[in-house]
Amino acid sequence: MDGLDDIVEEFLVESHENLDQLDTDLVALEQEPDSRERLSSIFRTIHTIKGTSGFLAFGRLEEVTHVGENMLSRLRDGVLALTPERTSVLLRMVDTVRSLLASIEATGGEGGVDVSAVVAEISAAMEDRPAPASSPAVATPAPAAAVVAESAAAPAADAAEAAAEVVAEAEAVVEAAAEVAVEVAVEEPVHEEAPDEHADEDHHEEHPDGGSGPAGAARPEGQGGQQRRAVADSTIRVDVDLLDSLMLLVGELVLTRNQIVQYVGRSTDTDLVRASQRLNLIASELQEGVMKTRMQPIDHIWSKLPRVVRDLGIQCGKTVRLEMEGKDTELDKTLLEAVKDPLTHLVRNSVDHGIESPDRRRAAGKSPEGVLTLRAKHESGQVVVEVADDGAGIDPVKIGAKAVERGLVTADQLSRMGPQDVLQMIFAPGFSTAAAVTNVSGRGVGMDVVKTNIESIGGTIEVESEPGRGTVCRLRIPLTLAIVPALTVECAGDRYAIPQISLQELVSLDAEKAANAVEEVGGAPVYRLRGELLPLVRLTDVLGLTSDRHDGHVVIAVLRSEGRRFGLVVDRVINTEEIVVKAVGGQLKAIGLYSGATVLGDGAVALILDVQALARRALRTETAERQEAREAAAAGSVAAETERQRMLLAAIGEGRRVAIPLDTVTRLEQVRAESVERVGNREVVQYRGAILPIVRLDRHLGAYGTSEREVLEVIVYSDHGRSVAIVVEEILDIVDGGAAVRSDIDDLGLLGSAVLGDKVTELLDVRAAILAADPAFYATDHSPALLEV
Amino acid sequence: MTTATDTPARATSGQLATFRLDGDLYGVEVEHVQEVLRSQVLTRVPLAPPAVAGLINLRGQVVTAIELRERLGRPPRPAGTDAVVIVVRLHGEAVSLLVDSIADVVDVDATDFEAPPDTLDGQARELIRGAYKLDGTLLLALDVQKAVGA
Repeated sequence: MDGLDDIVEEFLVESHENLDQLDTDLVALEQEPDSRERLSSIFRTIHTIKGTSGFLAFGRLEEVTHVGENMLSRLRDGVLALTPERTSVLLRMVDTVRSLLASIEATGGEGGVDVSAVVAEISAAMEDRPAPASSPAVATPAPAAAVVAESAAAPAADAAEAAAEVVAEAEAVVEAAAEVAVEVAVEEPVHEEAPDEHADEDHHEEHPDGGSGPAGAARPEGQGGQQRRAVADSTIRVDVDLLDSLMLLVGELVLTRNQIVQYVGRSTDTDLVRASQRLNLIASELQEGVMKTRMQPIDHIWSKLPRVVRDLGIQCGKTVRLEMEGKDTELDKTLLEAVKDPLTHLVRNSVDHGIESPDRRRAAGKSPEGVLTLRAKHESGQVVVEVADDGAGIDPVKIGAKAVERGLVTADQLSRMGPQDVLQMIFAPGFSTAAAVTNVSGRGVGMDVVKTNIESIGGTIEVESEPGRGTVCRLRIPLTLAIVPALTVECAGDRYAIPQISLQELVSLDAEKAANAVEEVGGAPVYRLRGELLPLVRLTDVLGLTSDRHDGHVVIAVLRSEGRRFGLVVDRVINTEEIVVKAVGGQLKAIGLYSGATVLGDGAVALILDVQALARRALRTETAERQEAREAAAAGSVAAETERQRMLLAAIGEGRRVAIPLDTVTRLEQVRAESVERVGNREVVQYRGAILPIVRLDRHLGAYGTSEREVLEVIVYSDHGRSVAIVVEEILDIVDGGAAVRSDIDDLGLLGSAVLGDKVTELLDVRAAILAADPAFYATDHSPALLEV
Repeated sequence: MTTATDTPARATSGQLATFRLDGDLYGVEVEHVQEVLRSQVLTRVPLAPPAVAGLINLRGQVVTAIELRERLGRPPRPAGTDAVVIVVRLHGEAVSLLVDSIADVVDVDATDFEAPPDTLDGQARELIRGAYKLDGTLLLALDVQKAVGA
């Protein structure tokens, strides 16, 4: 079935349903031959199959249904009267259609099913000739024989289906039916032979269509018969409420399972342990199974978007091509419903604001046709949905200006935000950048509503944009709402659950390491995670509790929220657990730190932390505190040009530390000492096909580091196509320069000194250092042979 | 929650489930009461209003517990005495009230009803619909809606 096209599969399911209806209708029609309604219904069914088969290029199916349709239309219009012969012929047509469908399902093609006989019969029946095939049935080849033999058996089959009181009628056709049915019923008494369809159905379940076709007809395509059940009988409509209540029960089961597994963990009874392991396994599988019943491909909501994009494109005078990747990514139906509106809004937004008009696109050197790409994929237990356009992008400067104008942030706050953070402000309530309010979007409600909606289902949203290149909105949605994987942590003696969706990694530091690795930047604790500074938030501080951990160990849960990372310091990590989210009362929702509560394995209640809210609350106050500290420091002194600059800290030997403004650093590299060559009295190194002049900072500043190193740490600075390399002993850190206490004690090659990271650090006069390496660096229009970068 | 709807309910006859709190007798309408439990393990909720005593696991359902002593401005329950939990159901949501001890279900008559005594202080006064004069004691009718709206 995997090989079947979706459309074909849908066609098969639909046709099988229709055919079953058709059988009933045809039989009922015999009872009331004048019923227009039934005839019309039959006609419609055959017409639909004919139309679709023509479309799908199933020629023979089309041929059969076409003649059938002809006859039906005449019957319907009263040109022909319905006689039992004609009914039989029609039933035979239905069976032939079934055989064809079975063959299509099994092999993807129409296979060897012969239709000419039945087509001839129908044509004959229309002209009121006696059916040519009824007597030489035995002589016709196998499939046809099956079909033809059934012509005799048909009344029996009909009656059998309708009421099963067939004996009298059946006896009339026993002889004919026996021709075919003999292999099944040969040893049975004659009077039981006729309803052998029932016997077949009851005792030979591998032929599910035995009830409507004779055994012989089912035989040759037994394989197909099984396949058919796979498609037609394997789908069933179920009330979503029923699934919801099942899901709830499974949730409870998971909780009970957790409890039992925990109790049994303390037990030594091996039988009990084994039983609990089995329970564990089954509960997990059941949970997965029930979850699957609620899964639907995201295409269900995407399928409406091409129209939206098209209409909106025309309305805005833009040409937009919609591309979709990962259509079959599945997620919970409830979630699917919940993301429908936000997603539509994002798409509308992209078309309306993101993608430029064809003229502007042409002017920007892009194809006049904009491309809007929807992507969906599973990623570590979440569904990631992206709405990406190749439009004008979002200018952080504009966003920032708007945010200040709207009073969402102060200019001062803005100046300290990274461009990525600035972008996220489009989700702030009351924010809209549309220059003009259109009837599409731009009323200032929207992105914040999108964000609220996404967060209400436990998802996150972030935006990335490159001016001129386009914008990507990325939604992360949990697979299902009711049961989420979570990390349980302990803080001040209580346990809390953190949804895994926000968790990136865990860092555990022993007392010795923690003392060094956790540093203070302007009063705010940070941790250097693989060279990147991670702001730390102590959960005890946020919750107003006192930690009961006094051994100096630090456990950090690295969390991501709205594109930012931060570390949550907790007392202990307990374990990861599947938790069932329970709503909390209004009083607790109002606190805005908990997204719900759950019952843990031991029956205790634990609060689920709302990571987004936590980040918003904690990081903002941290920033405010840091700002105060900074202002206090700034009041003391000094040099405005390096204010609030990010500084790269480097060691140059003899315990001296030098700070270099980060914006003068292009790259950090490592260079092997033996690759350093000399040109005149200068040192150079070959770097990316060019010659890079070197300045050794230790010598430049009169320190004497260990120069006998094999690998040199190099800071590359490039400007106007020229580069120099500054050699230091070790790259230490990147810090916020603004928080430091400065003094203007300086020396040759230095601008002054400051306290950065609790140590006195020299501020490098970068210009002087660069000139020491390459005296011509700042001379424009001067192109010495030495440099050709 | 609106006072308009509360007013006709002020002097009603019916059954009140009664309980004791700091020496006084209180009552809530029987139809609101889902069940009464012995003391339960409470999970505290940091930063919650002081009247929120914590969360209770009620057969897999998480229920907020309101400390009624705090709500009514009474001193904390003496150490060593366990609270009794009255689970009430309002608008389909279960909330629990922590009280000192549970008493009988009492039939009350509207004719015995009077407005809250003037001696009641402000905080408690808002939560008390009024008093039923019983033999030898006063039964204070608690406004459950307001009491759980901590």
